[in-house]
Amino acid sequence: MAAIVDTKPDLVLHGRKVVGGVVEGEALVTKDTISGWGGVDPMSGTIIESHHELRGKSFAGKVLIFPGAKGSSGWSVTFHTAKLAGCAPLALIFNIMTTKAALGAVVMRVPSMNEFDRDPTDCVETGDWVRVDADAGTLSVWKKQR
Amino acid sequence: MVALTDEERRMLDGEQGAAVMKAMELLVRYADALGAENFVYTNNVAGVPGSSPQWIKDYYKEDGGDYRAVFSRFDLDSDEVVDVPRMNATSCHLQGGMDPLLWRDQGMSEEGFANFSYDEEQTAAHGIQVLKTCTPYLAGNVPVMGEHCAWMESSAVVFANSVIGARTNCEGRESTSSAMLANRIPNWGFHLDDFRKGQHSVRVDVPVQDIFDWGMLGYFIGGAVEDAIPVIEGAVSNPSLIRHKHFGAAAASSGGVEMYHMVGITPEAPNAETAFGGARRGEHFVYDADARRRVYEKLNSVGQNAAVDYVMLGCPHYSAEQIAYAAHLLEGRAVSPNAELWIFTSRAVKATAEASGHADILRKAGAKLMTDTCSAISRAVPEGTRVAALDSAKQVHYLPAMMGIEGWYGTTADCIDAACTGRWEGRLN
Repeated sequence: MAAIVDTKPDLVLHGRKVVGGVVEGEALVTKDTISGWGGVDPMSGTIIESHHELRGKSFAGKVLIFPGAKGSSGWSVTFHTAKLAGCAPLALIFNIMTTKAALGAVVMRVPSMNEFDRDPTDCVETGDWVRVDADAGTLSVWKKQR
Repeated sequence: MVALTDEERRMLDGEQGAAVMKAMELLVRYADALGAENFVYTNNVAGVPGSSPQWIKDYYKEDGGDYRAVFSRFDLDSDEVVDVPRMNATSCHLQGGMDPLLWRDQGMSEEGFANFSYDEEQTAAHGIQVLKTCTPYLAGNVPVMGEHCAWMESSAVVFANSVIGARTNCEGRESTSSAMLANRIPNWGFHLDDFRKGQHSVRVDVPVQDIFDWGMLGYFIGGAVEDAIPVIEGAVSNPSLIRHKHFGAAAASSGGVEMYHMVGITPEAPNAETAFGGARRGEHFVYDADARRRVYEKLNSVGQNAAVDYVMLGCPHYSAEQIAYAAHLLEGRAVSPNAELWIFTSRAVKATAEASGHADILRKAGAKLMTDTCSAISRAVPEGTRVAALDSAKQVHYLPAMMGIEGWYGTTADCIDAACTGRWEGRLN
């Protein structure tokens, strides 16, 4: 996964820092909210919730872009455990702030952002290359079909 | 950054010891992630502090691989291992991984039980009440209206906010373990008046009276409003603790509801105007006979085979009243040789059920009354289970997906009948 640093991004979104840091990687995008405990297998980072758009897909090593967290209070523990198992996402990008998503981002210590000027679940697609600069408040996107 | 009082600054400087310092560091990172302006004092914290399976202890082997290592590195998310003193806040341990007596029936190993026993000794030694239940409010921890709490367990959180009028967010393990040491939690979300106002309205057009219907209404509303706050009006009647318990658990599972207002029923909703508090009213949902049927069908969409081999009751943990009712339904009958009936509750409620003779009736019928956990939490079902029957919308939401089994949702009486006959005969009347 070579970093793209010399081409201009197709799109730059501006948002709020949740947890600081900078990371680049491939996006995994869903319009469905994500349950932690009972909705994710932490040992592989795979979404297991019935009827979920990403069921069977793993967020390990991906920039996870989703509307927000839902469900059990075990959200942070599930994502924290995924980190121990080496299956944490590279970054969390979401819209709706909840205690679940905030705490999960904090204990995974991954760059995280919310409150964007445009909805990232609308304008980023799975497979796009993204650069999360939570300190600068930017999400840069290189579309995959270029 | 979150504003700190002088005392909080001194905690961060280590004046109250290394563990409190690490707890404050985690809480500051968390408050900043949320965008909280300050902290609120709390002296009522419910979580799952320090408990871990063996592999987590092994993961921290270089740090000692013990309770202290797990509490420091996982619970406090600290880079260093610190000595963990007795907790400063009034603290309790919610549900755990197995029954302390019937763990063999649950398929747990000797090693697993030894690990469980070690964690429990440490829990008690650190001044944490061993409630071991998802229903702390049925086991001795009942907050009061306006009390700032830091609770885990989505079904307990929605009960505390909505039914009692206490104030808690749906906290996580790391934030509650830290709050146990620091007596602080970010002053964000449900701690603030404005956050507690209704957002969407729900009109109930079909009578919702018994616990079975309260559970289905909760499941419908969670699916409709997701994590927003609904204001519910209409044909909901017979409010009681157990009906709210099942309603809230269902709404928290299908959506992520952490607070609801029922007009004329819950304490912050004397009327719709107060419940909305001047906030803009969002969407409007209607629960009628069609919606009720759709919810019933959805809850039963993971049931095909009528040959039931496992019946699980007690999600959330059964109250003394519910155990008495199950005993009444079972008295003089026997669990089918083709099925198992496990009923889950807290240790406190089990003691009442023993003293009242209900536990004995259950045992004589072949049922097992278990504490501390449930099948979803412990991932423990009787060996060979293929089809479960459940009287909890929350449990039918989770258990079949987690265990790869079928599941039926029905009334408690449907479930007890299935346990005695091995056949599912439930239907919507």
